[in-house]
Amino acid sequence: MTVNRLRGPSLAALACVLAGAMALSACATTGGDDTPAADGSSDAEAREPLARGLDYAANPDPFPSTYRGLPRENMAILGGTVFDGAGRRIENGVVIVTDGRVAAVGGASTPIPAGHRRVDAAGRFVTPGIIDTHSHLGVYPSPGVQGMSDGNEATQPNTAEVWAEHSIWPQDPGFNAARAGGVTTLQILPGSANLFGGRGVTVRNVPSVTMQGMKMPGAPYGLKMACGENPSRVYGGRNSSPATGMGNVAGYRAAFIAAREYKAKWDKWREDGEGSPPTRNLELETLVGVLDGSVLIQNHCYRADEMAVMIDIAREFGYRITAFHHAVEAYKVAPLLAREGICADMWTGWWGFKMEALDGVEANVALVDAPPGGCAVIHSDDAELTQRLNQEAAAALAAGRRIGMAIPEERAIGWITLNPAKSLGIADQTGSLEAGKRADVVIWSANPFSVYARADQVFIDGGLAFDRFNPAYQPVSDFELGQPGYGVSAANVTQGAR
Amino acid sequence: MRLRTLILAAASVAVLAGPALAQELTAITGGRVLTGASVIENGTVVIQNGRVVSVGTGAAPSGARVIDARGKVVAPGFVAVDSGLGGSEISSVGDSDDLTNGANSISASFDVSYGLDPWSFTLPVARLGGITRAIVVPNHPGGSGGHNHQDDSDFAGVGDGGFQSPSLFAGQAAIIHLAEGTDILVKPRVAMVAPFGEAGAGVAGGARGAEFVQFKETLAEVRLYARNRAAYDRAGLRDLSLSRADLEALIPVSNGTMPLIVTVHRAADILQVLRLAREEGVKIILDGAEEGWLVADQIADAGVPVLLNPISNLPGSIETRATRMQNAAVLDAAGVTIAIKGNEGSIHRARETRYNAGNAVSHGLSYESAIEAITVNPARIFGMAGQFGELRPGAAADVVVWSGDPLEPLSIAETIFINGQEQAPTSRQFLLRDRYARGGEGPMPPAYSR
Repeated sequence: MTVNRLRGPSLAALACVLAGAMALSACATTGGDDTPAADGSSDAEAREPLARGLDYAANPDPFPSTYRGLPRENMAILGGTVFDGAGRRIENGVVIVTDGRVAAVGGASTPIPAGHRRVDAAGRFVTPGIIDTHSHLGVYPSPGVQGMSDGNEATQPNTAEVWAEHSIWPQDPGFNAARAGGVTTLQILPGSANLFGGRGVTVRNVPSVTMQGMKMPGAPYGLKMACGENPSRVYGGRNSSPATGMGNVAGYRAAFIAAREYKAKWDKWREDGEGSPPTRNLELETLVGVLDGSVLIQNHCYRADEMAVMIDIAREFGYRITAFHHAVEAYKVAPLLAREGICADMWTGWWGFKMEALDGVEANVALVDAPPGGCAVIHSDDAELTQRLNQEAAAALAAGRRIGMAIPEERAIGWITLNPAKSLGIADQTGSLEAGKRADVVIWSANPFSVYARADQVFIDGGLAFDRFNPAYQPVSDFELGQPGYGVSAANVTQGAR
Repeated sequence: MRLRTLILAAASVAVLAGPALAQELTAITGGRVLTGASVIENGTVVIQNGRVVSVGTGAAPSGARVIDARGKVVAPGFVAVDSGLGGSEISSVGDSDDLTNGANSISASFDVSYGLDPWSFTLPVARLGGITRAIVVPNHPGGSGGHNHQDDSDFAGVGDGGFQSPSLFAGQAAIIHLAEGTDILVKPRVAMVAPFGEAGAGVAGGARGAEFVQFKETLAEVRLYARNRAAYDRAGLRDLSLSRADLEALIPVSNGTMPLIVTVHRAADILQVLRLAREEGVKIILDGAEEGWLVADQIADAGVPVLLNPISNLPGSIETRATRMQNAAVLDAAGVTIAIKGNEGSIHRARETRYNAGNAVSHGLSYESAIEAITVNPARIFGMAGQFGELRPGAAADVVVWSGDPLEPLSIAETIFINGQEQAPTSRQFLLRDRYARGGEGPMPPAYSR
């Protein structure tokens, strides 16, 4: 008995530490001391812990990040025009990077700590690293051939149990190309064939042999949901549900009903300890994560009317929607999205490729950005576009200015930096050059709103991850080694490998 | 009745306004003029009767309408190559797509010009991006037509890989202009399209070796037919694999009078195609050519032009593993005539042609060559040199006044002339935008606002 009484609580306490918020109820009923509870709940405390892997709350992080960051040095980036991502523009600015974090950002008089390397950015521009909230790098990698196309588990409309990180091929050369375009953080999502496509994962854009080596520590998971044409086309085409928009909504609601029941079963079992524990269900576990706020909804949803329905479903079941992706019609409900605190992740130039993309307008981003509290994000969904999100932002800025909106560049840069960080729940970590945040920094050859601007240097957590002028900092993936053209330099090509 | 009268009156004004403007003597003065082949600071472009009258530094002729372009850039309208403008409205709605043809007996003879829609809402959108002409090509496997949205690519059967042509030949391209009006066709049947590489191999049965043999055999049949039409008509000729219409369509290809747009990607295939063209006496235009930079000198020596997308820098397939951002710069430096494409088949995203040219510049292409690659070079490649794509006397008055450098996303096409006719600066997208620009939450639903 003594052994059992000691073993039970100590393991439960360990579970509390690992599980954090998800195991609050279990933590509340298990103390660090072994005094029997007066109300007789000692039976629950005394029971044997579940076998490894059977308690969903025991280990919410079974594929932990092993990201360590690249070698870094303390530095002061001097003399450039700084867009801090949070709305400030500083001419002749100074960015102090210490131990991989932004230590200070300010004007020319900002003190430079002794021993910091001085990086001359005179005539250049300095911004936070770009964040792409909608990427399929690694899951739909290059080459796009059969055998590598791992982004859609299109076998049933609810595959909330699959995790994009288990499809990521870290050797996708697209990661390197994106980094050369200034992208330092990406959310890798499953595709949109399903109502619930699975979990997305946020990664640091560093070369790595393993997925875990890229995974951003502490970043919340996303759950990819899809409105509209894709799920109903895929499953309706197989004569199964959903075949229509109303079938889609029935599917979302049924899933959250099941998730609520699942959560209640676990809560009850933890509370009274009677009977057998519920059987772990990966699909429902992800949805429970949505209900408790630990998994963020990343919802592919083109049409404004569908967004309004999705907002009501979230209310019905008591969860939040973090972002609508491919929000082509967000401009039609911009005040609603701002009131609800939902980000709209958009393209500037994509439209017309299907009915739900028919009403795309270039001013979408600026119109979503306009109401107080609006969260306008530019995303890619594309291995080529992700390399030029700054240009997509420029086109969006031009469209806003065309209708008389006085949008400064230092605000527009937020569409590809701080706002996407909010959209991923990592704005406390990155997305702007503010003291204490990760030193994800891009030094551009020119104003990033110019088509001619190139990312000269890209720093991730203060480590130099890409340098356009130094081949030693132009990583090539295993796939790229020895391929046709590898190592061949054309006489007139002096700029970076890509 | 009264409403009807008003509508008719408005319509007649609109009809009269167009042609009248095209006749007007107009001078665009004070701008930085990119003629397509050179740059004139503080230049004057004079247009009348749909054509460019003069380009120089003189004063505006008396009586001319003067457009002040000081601080602005004046450029020829851009030409979208490998485009689907006017031929496909909504990519995923098959019935609105007249570029994709799956008939067995109509392949080479497929003529996209019959399916063009001057009222397409894609045209004003492209126009606002400075596009005034397009080379409209039939959709073909291995080409850039169709939407390549990655979310969809795995299961939707859309995009370049989804279309399986039954034939080596996809059909014939047409040249259009993008002016408002009832007729956008400039010239039908300007080129034949054929996929090579993986896509062409797929058509032939799976292997490249089969396609080349089949291609040669087909040309032999076309020549046999051309020499023996009378016998063919009285059924006195052996059975041929193509329909009569297709045989007819291929005669100008077989004798080198109609160019063949060859969609091809890897360097090895480019070399094979160059040899095939030489052996068969076929005039070709390379399309895609992502690995072209590896064999730039051979392409230049063959005098073969290239249609390319300079932002293709990732291996979408095994046959594009050597693709590079510098492809455009290397080919241009080798002396190859290049034309720069827009994105996704240059329909809805044709307006991005200018950004693609800008990105080629940031990867080594000279600015002058980038402008040529979206103006004079497409005209040259498709046999229309001097007729459009260039600001010079006698050329079509396709003139765009830009707020700044036209390759910059921040620049706006402020005034657009096509054939001398000033184009309304609007589109369906602008109507939508304006309807919701004030938030769409007024007392009356947005549907009541125009």
